[in-house]
Amino acid sequence: MTDSLTPPVPEGELVLSLRGISKHFGAVSALTEIDLDVHAGEVVALVGDNGAGKSTLIKILAGVHQPSSGTMMFRGKPVTLADPSASLALGIATVFQDLALCENLDVVANIFLGKELDPLHMDEVAMETRAWTLLRELSARIPSVREVVASLSGGQRQTVAIARSLLLEPKLILLDEPTAALGVAQTAEVLDLIERVRDRGLGVVMISHNMEDVRAVADRIVVLRLGRNNGVFYPDASNQELVSAITGASDNSVSRRATRRRATAPLGQGHGP
Amino acid sequence: MTNETKDGAPSAKLLDRSDERVRHDTGVSGAIRGFLDRVRSGDLGPLPVVIGLIIIWTVFESLNTVFLSSNNLVNLLFDSSTVGVISLGIVCILMVGEIDLSVGSVSGFASAMVGVLWVDQGWPVILAIPAALVAGAFIGFVYSQLFNRFGMPSFVSTLAGLLAILGLQLYILGESGSINLPYGSGLVNFGQTLFMPHVVAFIIAVLPGVVTLILGYRTSGRRRAAGLSAPSINGLVVRAVVITLVLEGIVFYLNTDRGVPWMFGLFVGLVVATNYALTRTKWGRWITAVGGNREAARRAGINVRLIYTSAFMLCSTLAALGGILSAVRLASASQQAGTGDVNLDAIAAAVIGGTSLFGGRGSAYSALLGIIVIQSIASGLTLLDLSSALRYMITGGVLAIAVIVDALARRSRVSHGRA
Repeated sequence: MTDSLTPPVPEGELVLSLRGISKHFGAVSALTEIDLDVHAGEVVALVGDNGAGKSTLIKILAGVHQPSSGTMMFRGKPVTLADPSASLALGIATVFQDLALCENLDVVANIFLGKELDPLHMDEVAMETRAWTLLRELSARIPSVREVVASLSGGQRQTVAIARSLLLEPKLILLDEPTAALGVAQTAEVLDLIERVRDRGLGVVMISHNMEDVRAVADRIVVLRLGRNNGVFYPDASNQELVSAITGASDNSVSRRATRRRATAPLGQGHGP
Repeated sequence: MTNETKDGAPSAKLLDRSDERVRHDTGVSGAIRGFLDRVRSGDLGPLPVVIGLIIIWTVFESLNTVFLSSNNLVNLLFDSSTVGVISLGIVCILMVGEIDLSVGSVSGFASAMVGVLWVDQGWPVILAIPAALVAGAFIGFVYSQLFNRFGMPSFVSTLAGLLAILGLQLYILGESGSINLPYGSGLVNFGQTLFMPHVVAFIIAVLPGVVTLILGYRTSGRRRAAGLSAPSINGLVVRAVVITLVLEGIVFYLNTDRGVPWMFGLFVGLVVATNYALTRTKWGRWITAVGGNREAARRAGINVRLIYTSAFMLCSTLAALGGILSAVRLASASQQAGTGDVNLDAIAAAVIGGTSLFGGRGSAYSALLGIIVIQSIASGLTLLDLSSALRYMITGGVLAIAVIVDALARRSRVSHGRA
């Protein structure tokens, strides 16, 4: 196991780089000095206990919240995300946990919702073609794009939500609990989908509580604890290591490992105190 | 991915036909099977109203043979046009999942406004009508602001509006309580004696079939070019021919009497325009989205408040227009205009026609079909010389049945995964 400790060197362009991001809500420090790097073609899993600050971090990236301090670099340029549309315009797409699909509309209408082609005479043929192309690129298994979303399974809905976020050709996609409330087969389907999104050269940040899923698909696992970085792990990390990093049971091997890793990874993450 | 199919279909799979798990119905038998599937799962569309109409017409015709005479049907179309326009507005507001209970009062107020401005104040009619429509739009705007800014349920705000606007109507009519619109004026003729020349009616009745054929052919060509499945040209021709035959038949029958009223032509024109707006424009798509899942629509970047505002304003503007049409039809603006069963008839028509009370599902055509059902009942009971007491009870019963059908169909759609 010690052999596989050397992290795979990320190859893609550095899409997102956070340094020293903090966020205070009044007296509460939700995030303190968070560092995070995401490369193109990489899946970064963000794990942590409830209240660790995962959702706050995602919301900062989505432009919902603004950080109190710290710098954010997107594709090499410093950026500030004033609102969700600024984030979207930069190329950061977010899939929230409750998928926000209209069940009474069909798949095409949902994928293009808010971005319909030709406002006075919607180009249904072009939209349908684009929807099929998008779904096919993801090898998604959607029986018909003219079926209302209400008739789709949970995994298929997740697929539609992800396909929708890909419509604007983002560089970075944020997934909030993509496998929550899904069955075994559907979870596998969504994890496959995430890999295909990565293979398209996108950076993926995914929040999950499920360690199995995280290790199945993530290239790097960033642990947050009480609003601080609490180590970076790789998929070969054991459940025990991850859990102790998440819960904060101070296990010496974890901190030793983290120290070693900091030495080897040039783009290594910051660590908790 | 294999490219062969069992039944020897073309080996290059179409973009939307590559999932072998899905049964793709083709041809006439497939169309019928698809239709039965939809009905079984609770996606009833206009089916209940068509069945209801057949039952109602059969019953009334067997009780009184005047009922289906072309003369009575022409009157029925006149009466349908006025409340039908109001009902069209109700469809728009139901689509976003809200309600306007004051459409009757708004229609009465608009008719009073036209009476006062045109007859009493001597305004040109060309200004009096827009003024009444703007007043209607403003009322809708007030409702939308109460809803958007204060979160006031439309049920309550429009119930308050029902009373307040009725008061306004009585106030501007003043002591006399009723204003007669001059007979012989173009406006009153429009509501009573203006019919399409028979030839014009025949020509207009050809248009839907021709448009179906041309647009269908063009879409089909574009779909093929884009690698999507396209409906067969034969099916398209059959549909166009059936539409044309039905419409020409109706026009022929009405032409044996006075013909097709221009007022009904206006109503149908509005229905077609609204249907286009709801199904083919971005605005209509957003209306449906807001009615289906407000939060999802908001997150998709849709200005939800603006959509609500547009729906409320369209509803009360159409209510005002309906009120003007009924004043024109009766050649008077009175205190009784818009009271009584106008409200209920308009809402019942939309629901009977198949627009869901729960939002996000509906069609402009439901106003047309629903109002014909309502007016058929009214006309049939009048011919039988039954009291309005019975008429109210029967209309109320039909509304209850329509809502039950809507609720049951919705439950069935949920269990069949089509909600």
